[in-house]
Amino acid sequence: MKTIALLASTLVLAVSMHASEHVVNQKGKAFAPGTMKVKVGDKITFKNNDGFAHNAFSDNEANEFDIGMQKPGQDVTIEMKKPGTVEVECAIHPNMHMTIEVVE
Amino acid sequence: MKISRDRGNVLIRFIAGITILGMSVTASEELSKWLRPEHIPAPKDNQITSERVELGTFLYFDTRLSRDGTVSCATCHNEANGWSDGLPKAVGIEGREGPRNSPTVLNTAYQIRQFWDGRAKTLEEQALGPIEADVEMDMDLDELLKRLNKIEGYKVLFEKAYPGEGITRDTLAKAIATFERTVVSTESPFDRYVKGDKNAIDANAKKGFALFTGKGHCTDCHDGFNFTDGSFHNLGLGDADEGRYGLKKRAAWFHAFKTPTLRDVTKSGPYFHDGSIKTLAEATAVCGNGGRFPNSEKVSPLIVDRGLNQEELELLVDFLKTLEGTPLNIKEPTQFPQ
Ligand SMILES: [Cu+2]
Repeated sequence: MKTIALLASTLVLAVSMHASEHVVNQKGKAFAPGTMKVKVGDKITFKNNDGFAHNAFSDNEANEFDIGMQKPGQDVTIEMKKPGTVEVECAIHPNMHMTIEVVE
Repeated sequence: MKISRDRGNVLIRFIAGITILGMSVTASEELSKWLRPEHIPAPKDNQITSERVELGTFLYFDTRLSRDGTVSCATCHNEANGWSDGLPKAVGIEGREGPRNSPTVLNTAYQIRQFWDGRAKTLEEQALGPIEADVEMDMDLDELLKRLNKIEGYKVLFEKAYPGEGITRDTLAKAIATFERTVVSTESPFDRYVKGDKNAIDANAKKGFALFTGKGHCTDCHDGFNFTDGSFHNLGLGDADEGRYGLKKRAAWFHAFKTPTLRDVTKSGPYFHDGSIKTLAEATAVCGNGGRFPNSEKVSPLIVDRGLNQEELELLVDFLKTLEGTPLNIKEPTQFPQ
């Protein structure tokens, strides 16, 4: 499993003590669930259940990330560092879209 | 105002565009995802009306939209050439060659990104691009709006299509986008097959369809009724064009281009963003067998060498031929607004 460190900040450590983990599936060229509400410091694992690569990313300033080419069966975990709305898209399949609400 | 174009004709085509798609269907669940939709999607603020189609049709075919009056949208996107132009690369005013193959206008209403690199989200965003591009129509938009505002016939048509809005960038883009939206697939032998006519396509085409959805993994990208899921891939053609990477330096976008529709693909060659492939036989070989550099870093991990042999590639082409619909027969106006 590869973990993408997102602008690690000591400020969020206190919060991440209560952090929980969430899963986003990528199946049939769709993210599931399509919307998600998480807390700052929570971890989200992207799973690829399809038979081909996906590439989830977000350009939202607060929690910018780019998972890169994610092969079938591979898991990638990212951490939400700041509050805000995170629009997630797949760089390969722009019709794949989801929203993550990150709250304090 | 002198307009020879038969108003009724425009209306009939518009209505036909909708009702041709209306269908009574007994497709199996397995095949239902290939059914053509019953409606053409359009944005809330630019619904399709016959007035907008009529205006958009004139604009689409009008060479006065280019700087020197020699090139219209239809020059590079005409029905006879599958809504492309039959050339490897687009040719604009003064014979200027553009960097890419002219993509088909067919079914762009259903695309979620426009242009080979997907730089526009909507047809309204797309429509003005080629007018301004120096290798296409090379027309300054402010100049064009002045030009159109001097044509009484257009003033009347814009007023009917977009009452009180005038001739602006916005209404110009909306009208052209509306025309483009009406360029949709008609029924093909494959559609009749999907709807239950088992004899609509022959045995070889059926074998080709099985390869398309099976061993060839073509549906990994050419999925749904429009035979594209709107995805972007590096096919490893080896040319210098960086594709979607030009929008943002995202690794997955390096040399990546949009998956084109395969409907009427028999008419829209030469193929791929660089127009470097002349025949469907070559296209299926490149696409199905890992690009020009199979199993290398030069090609997307989704473009896999499926080991399709010559016979299988030919069966795939037999299948693709069944995606050709009857012509829409959209006629170029013989006279334009004056
Ligand atoms: Cu994807």
